[in-house]
Amino acid sequence: MTASARRDVAVVAFAQTDHTRRTDELSEVEMLMPVLHAVLSETGLTASDIGFTCSGSSDYLAGRPFSFTMALDGVGAWPPISESHVETDGAWALYEAWVKLLTGQADTALVYAYGKSSPGSVRDVLTRQLDPYYLAPLWPDSVALAALQARALIDAGHTDEPALAAIAARSRRDAAAHPHAQLRGARPQGDYVVAPLRTGDCPPVGDGAAAVILAAGERARALCARPAWITGMDHRVEAHSLGVRDLTDSPSTRLAAERSGAFDASAGRPVDTAELHAPFTAQEVVLRRALRLGDDVRVNPSGGALAANPVMAAGLIRLGEAAARIHRGASDRALAHATSGPCLQQNLVAVLEGDPR
Amino acid sequence: MTAVPKTLRAPLVVEFPFTRSLGPVQSAFLTGLRERTLLGVRTEAGRVLVPPVEYDPETAAELRDLVEVDATGTVTTWAWNPEPRPGQPLATPFAWVLVRLDGADTALLHALDAPGPDAVRTGLRVRVRWAAERHGAITDIACFEPYESTAPRTRPRPHDGRFDAPVTGIVAPARLDYTYSPGRAQTAYLHALAERRTVGERCPSCAKVYVPPRGACPTCGVATTEQVEVGPRGTVTTFCIVNIKAKNLDIEVPYVYAHIALDGAALALHGRIAGIPYDQVRMGLRVEPVWSEDGRYPDHYRPSGEPDADYDTYKELL
Ligand SMILES: [Zn+2]
Repeated sequence: MTASARRDVAVVAFAQTDHTRRTDELSEVEMLMPVLHAVLSETGLTASDIGFTCSGSSDYLAGRPFSFTMALDGVGAWPPISESHVETDGAWALYEAWVKLLTGQADTALVYAYGKSSPGSVRDVLTRQLDPYYLAPLWPDSVALAALQARALIDAGHTDEPALAAIAARSRRDAAAHPHAQLRGARPQGDYVVAPLRTGDCPPVGDGAAAVILAAGERARALCARPAWITGMDHRVEAHSLGVRDLTDSPSTRLAAERSGAFDASAGRPVDTAELHAPFTAQEVVLRRALRLGDDVRVNPSGGALAANPVMAAGLIRLGEAAARIHRGASDRALAHATSGPCLQQNLVAVLEGDPR
Repeated sequence: MTAVPKTLRAPLVVEFPFTRSLGPVQSAFLTGLRERTLLGVRTEAGRVLVPPVEYDPETAAELRDLVEVDATGTVTTWAWNPEPRPGQPLATPFAWVLVRLDGADTALLHALDAPGPDAVRTGLRVRVRWAAERHGAITDIACFEPYESTAPRTRPRPHDGRFDAPVTGIVAPARLDYTYSPGRAQTAYLHALAERRTVGERCPSCAKVYVPPRGACPTCGVATTEQVEVGPRGTVTTFCIVNIKAKNLDIEVPYVYAHIALDGAALALHGRIAGIPYDQVRMGLRVEPVWSEDGRYPDHYRPSGEPDADYDTYKELL
């Protein structure tokens, strides 16, 4: 398929919940519904207008099997709809929906993702995604693995603790103006959780949801004044075992960015914004290096995952935030990144562009 | 407008013992741990991977060339864990480490027992501390411990991977603790049940009443908030006769398990039917709930004595 023959597909609407430490009063579908309604009303579409619906979530967060089927109540799944689910971050659900639209099987798609970390311990829960033979029996939690990566970066001379603290401070400062973020504004860097990572280097634990609507071609122009065209998207995976990877680099991110056209000079305009899914400060260092982002690129103006990290939705939110910036004219060409797995094992990169102004 | 009821919360424990089989390489590695023998696997490019895998992470080529490496090695990166969590290798503060064993080209994740972070650094020489009892699992390595030696790095030795009584599988037990909250709609439903009432919620769009309410109309995809009391009587819409006794269930078989459409509800609930011989239960039977002394939901339903409902009154609820 050549680029010229490809259908144009854009993000035309994005919504997210307020991200909070707990949402005991809400079930998953109750938490999710307001954002579904928000993107539908933003576009004027009804649930029955949507050609394809795809979601991302994880049963392990809630501790309940098939929890996504309950969430389907919120999209009006009767009469039957074309629907799919990924047991990972909703960014990968967006990828599936994008392919569906590219192949002409639908003209519009609703993509949503949600995660309630409050019922359990997300540090323990995430150990269950690890290799069950060599890693999971040791219960190495997500902070511990990220701390190993941070130490490797410090040893390699790519960063130091003050630089990590500066990333934390910048993220939460940027989030001060973000109405949905969980951690807004300056806060102490705190004690070591797992050294060299301090409280401030780690993402908040919380609950939240997000939704996006995609549309193809003229449909997108009709639904959105300035669609965020997805000019490329790719995702790559690295070996699961940490001991065979260079934790200071992210070749999968770089390759996904190359394949999504992030570095194409022919685009005529450089990336001006990057929404990076870096739950830990040190991971932003890895991603910036892997993507060779210069100081002229605005990184995580939303505050990023350090300001709000609803697990399974935080990656989709990066795509949504990048798109929303294009919608409102704050960006012309944005890169959005999502990650999954320990120490940036899996990475997705999308390039979004607005029409010339 | 009634006051918002207190949010319900309850502990929820999910425990699962996954039984996993091992391939030839993982079987040899884990059996080797039981025998205090550390095995790696050599790739076509000559790299030695420890812990070993069955396929080359770079080329995907099948790997079977086992080699033995030393129980000493070098820390390649580390992180100090001041507050160990349940299930982790040590209960006292320790360092997570990636260790490249002597003879290996890749690193293995484990714990390092050290007095404090000042005693740990990248490049630290360490050795395996074996668990007193070993069964063929990664936890047969109790942890690593500092081991200052200047012994030259040794070469990996060929190993046929054969052991007596090889371990061919592992059981990976896991327990996750949750605090379950049912959300607004189901909280209201459970609070009403405590008063022996059944409440559903009406969809503002299609007017159907959902019981138990989940807060959304699955047809319209909109929030339901208007509470509606339904029942207490209802109609059997369909049923089955259970002939096999369930474990931990103190009910004599055969018994009848039914779908019951409570009066005013747009979909049927599950419930057991009693107070009538099992072979006389029928579609359309009118029933009422029977609550046990301290029950939080109807123990079962029994005939209400009314004439059977017309099929047309419940055919949409089947
Ligand atoms: Zn309805």
